[in-house]
Amino acid sequence: MSERVLMKGNEALAEAALRAGCRFFAGYPITPQTEILEYLSWRMDEVGGSYTQAESELAAVNMVFGAASGGARALTTSSGPGFSLKQEGISYLCASDLPAVIVNVMRIGSGLGDIAQGQGDYWQMTRGGGHGDYRTIVLAPNSVQENADLTYLAFDLAEKYRHPVLMASDAAIGQMIEAVELPEFKEHDIDKFDWSVKGGKVTEKYRKIQNIFYSMGPAYEDFLREKYAKMEAEEQRWESTAVEDAELVFVAFGISSRVCEEAVEGARAKGLKVGLIRPITLYPFPVKAFEEAKKVKAFMTNEMNLLAQMTDDVRLATGCKIPVYHSGSIFSISDTQELIARAEEVIRAAKGGDRT
Amino acid sequence: MKLKAPERVTFNKSGFCPGCGHGVAGRLIAEVAEEMGLADKLITTVDVACGSLHLEDWHFDTVMAAHGRTLVTAIGLKKVRKDNPVLAYYGDGAGYAIGMAETIHAGLRNDNVIAIVVNNAIYGMTGGQMAPTTLPGQKTTSSPYGKDAARFGKPFRIEDAYSGFDIGYLARGALVGAANINRAKKMIRKAFEKHMNNQGLCYVELLSPCPTNWNLAPLKAKDFLLDEMTKHFPLGEFKGGDAK
Ligand SMILES: Cc1ncc(C[n+]2csc(CCOP(=O)(O)OP(=O)(O)O)c2C)c(N)n1
Ligand code: SF4
Ligand SMILES: [Mg+2]
Repeated sequence: MSERVLMKGNEALAEAALRAGCRFFAGYPITPQTEILEYLSWRMDEVGGSYTQAESELAAVNMVFGAASGGARALTTSSGPGFSLKQEGISYLCASDLPAVIVNVMRIGSGLGDIAQGQGDYWQMTRGGGHGDYRTIVLAPNSVQENADLTYLAFDLAEKYRHPVLMASDAAIGQMIEAVELPEFKEHDIDKFDWSVKGGKVTEKYRKIQNIFYSMGPAYEDFLREKYAKMEAEEQRWESTAVEDAELVFVAFGISSRVCEEAVEGARAKGLKVGLIRPITLYPFPVKAFEEAKKVKAFMTNEMNLLAQMTDDVRLATGCKIPVYHSGSIFSISDTQELIARAEEVIRAAKGGDRT
Repeated sequence: MKLKAPERVTFNKSGFCPGCGHGVAGRLIAEVAEEMGLADKLITTVDVACGSLHLEDWHFDTVMAAHGRTLVTAIGLKKVRKDNPVLAYYGDGAGYAIGMAETIHAGLRNDNVIAIVVNNAIYGMTGGQMAPTTLPGQKTTSSPYGKDAARFGKPFRIEDAYSGFDIGYLARGALVGAANINRAKKMIRKAFEKHMNNQGLCYVELLSPCPTNWNLAPLKAKDFLLDEMTKHFPLGEFKGGDAK
């Protein structure tokens, strides 16, 4: 049995990365991500890895690009404005077929926004926030435990697809303290890949890390199609609560899903048939989860953003056949009682009662 | 005289224009790496600009970095592959415009990589626009009446910017004429030697002709480099030097 300890979400994430074999970190301070950087500033030395506080997020993500080229498990983390600066590197990582993990501890707002929890980066994270034709796997933890578990998983997925993996954490998950069972330490051999740069004899074929369509030509399109198809087939992850007979199904991830879990319980106690689908992968979006909702009359996302960003994906998952509502605010996590009241209204309306 | 091409320079078709200094720089790096017995371990990073053409003619494991991030890409790489010599290769636009923050902070931290910066006073790859190194009065496609130094600044000099930093090695050579080329090679060799001693940032800037975007025939480009460029960019060793 591995250790069970009390930890802050950000610190659990950092520790899990080390345990996954990550030995390279570069980052830049920004709230609410900073504890990851601070933790690794001393802890990375203890495990014999490399830690750099870079001059900017741009520098940090490109250092990660370099470390990943060399075959290392590499991590960078940020929030909001800093995560925007990571986009250059994420796009280059995708183009160059390189694994890496990039964490966004989401905060609110565009521009500077503010340091409180938010979920306004959903589109940026799931649609490929940088230039070009790419997406990345996005993992959305909703507890300190999942901050650890999903970070551990993120490195494996990045390696499986030779593709960056993003973590959509948020200020609440990052700052809260909960009990967590930390995963075991595992070793990563940086020489195990044939593609990584390491030097070689003049008689050997030399390795080039570059935009892989230079070398692939027309085969590139099929290569990419297959890569994304495989992600969509194999990596959908979600958790369902009371979905089979539910007339209203909440769809929520991260900290919002915690409130929805409570709302489901409260609504059921009042006799309302309410369930919850919690996407754990935001991309690939867990469309399979929606097949279980056979009795559903309406979906309602709960997200901390104004533009109802995830509703797009819910509509696509259900072929636009079922109404999709949005609840939530930029500024705060929803109140459980209000959510139950909204659920009741929507169910009534869906059954032909008054419109909401 | 018998010339032997370095094994690490392939005979693939080269994309460099006739008279370009990049080809000379690439050859010198390969020669030094071979002579020092480091060719099997050397890893290079190149910028997306004209220097990236070395991907086709160098036989080294090479990473093509984002524009201006070549140096930090090399820094990240070196930190996880401490036993490999790691060399970042890029142009003046990459280093002194878009990558200026990275240039300064690599100097401040004295990061343990070799930097070879090809200064042709212009943005070569994108067709000859003004760079921070462009000479006062020099005509480029984005300064068609000549660079107004009062508006855009004097040519940027790395030795001024790094004057307060304790870096391993800093020198400037030129890629025209046999004597200069030999001297440039010694500088590159010294950068490699100090790099192998883990002395931090070992930085060689190389003045390099870009006949195409200077609108000069190769021989005239050589004269421009020696007569005009060196007025703003003195040749020699600035830090960690002890040679002639
Ligand atoms: C972010 C970004 N901005 C702009 C460019 C376009 N670009 C490519 S190379 C280059 C300048 C090249 O000049 P330099 O670094 O001096 O190299 P040279 O070609 O002269 O050797 C520019 C502006 C780019 N690739 N990426
Ligand atoms: S454009 Fe200039 S720098 Fe680029 S290959 Fe041609 S001569 Fe060299
Ligand atoms: Mg240039």
